[in-house]
Amino acid sequence: MTAMTSRQTRWFAVGALSIAAVAFFMIAGTGINKNLVYYWSPSDLQRAGDKAYGATIRLGGQVAPGTVHLSTGVSGLNFDVTDHKSIVHVRASGIPPQMFREGIGVVVEGTMIRDGYFRGNRLMVSHNNEYRAPKEGQTVSARELIKSTRGIADQAK
Amino acid sequence: MEATNPIGNHRTNALPHVMVGLGVACLAVGSYLGLFVAPPETFMGNVQRIMYVHVPTAWNAMLAMTFAFACALIYLFTASWKWDARLEASIEVGVLLAFMLCMQGSIWAKPTWGVWWDWDPRLTTTAVLLFAFLGVMALRKFVDDPVKRAVWSSVATIIAYVDVPIVYFSVKWWNSLHQTQSSPATVSKSFYLPLRLNAFGILFLMTGFIMLRARLASLRLADELTPPPVQESLPVAGELA
Repeated sequence: MTAMTSRQTRWFAVGALSIAAVAFFMIAGTGINKNLVYYWSPSDLQRAGDKAYGATIRLGGQVAPGTVHLSTGVSGLNFDVTDHKSIVHVRASGIPPQMFREGIGVVVEGTMIRDGYFRGNRLMVSHNNEYRAPKEGQTVSARELIKSTRGIADQAK
Repeated sequence: MEATNPIGNHRTNALPHVMVGLGVACLAVGSYLGLFVAPPETFMGNVQRIMYVHVPTAWNAMLAMTFAFACALIYLFTASWKWDARLEASIEVGVLLAFMLCMQGSIWAKPTWGVWWDWDPRLTTTAVLLFAFLGVMALRKFVDDPVKRAVWSSVATIIAYVDVPIVYFSVKWWNSLHQTQSSPATVSKSFYLPLRLNAFGILFLMTGFIMLRARLASLRLADELTPPPVQESLPVAGELA
């Protein structure tokens, strides 16, 4: 290719911008947007009915207050996930992340079991966009933070 | 030499070095405040302190790629080599920042979310961004003709840039594990100063790096675009005998 003048290269800019605009419109403005689902809410899960059994699903919602129990056994951690419309009972295995507590957002990967609960294989905690300094006189220590899960451990005894 | 240089003169001024120095200074003070002076976050504790590099890295990565997009457009509209050199520089610095962003995000995700990575919309679109711009870098390496390289990589940059607004809106459009954008209203005032200092720190550092890298790119370009000198004065092998 020999040297090009700006008049020639300008057409490449027009072409590239057009492709970029169409691509952005297709992703932002059309159905693709709604077909991409990262997780289902408890309501979505219940609406899905039979489709929810056996398929790997991500369930997202809030840990319902007062529902967290730790029992012995493989699926040790029990809690309800709610979107304030529906509730799904979850049995998860493994140790929950430090941030796990009542009222926090979670995304659980697993599947719906016929016995009427969701078996979680991978538990992720999602937090909101708030970052707060401790209030006057309040101290934050690692020990205090672990307490949020210690309450669960105490129940197992 | 200076007169025949097709990409204009490239004076060696001290501005990039001043930028780098300023960036290091801001980062040092900001990180000190972030690590030792600002209080820990109520629920995350000390882990939250990674915010002071993660958020500024994200802002500046987006900025570097936006600058690359502008360079690509200006190059195509003016065919001026200066902007090709700046494109090369800003893509490289942008890729570095995007890579650091993913690393820092992973380190923060493990103790808070409980996983290093998940195919969440924000994380996935950011990974796409990193690999798309890495692809533009690879394209530049593979094309030897400077004109083709400049035109093709500009076109590729403009198309790859589509992902930048998608990364930004990903947490609004889709359910995600990543939280939505924070605002001054959702962040305590005592976290502002280290966050802002580090944001300016990375901004200055990035600007300095882009200027230095663009200078290097334009020197290489000048070398490529200058026809090899005719070596009349040198004896030819046959003449020696």
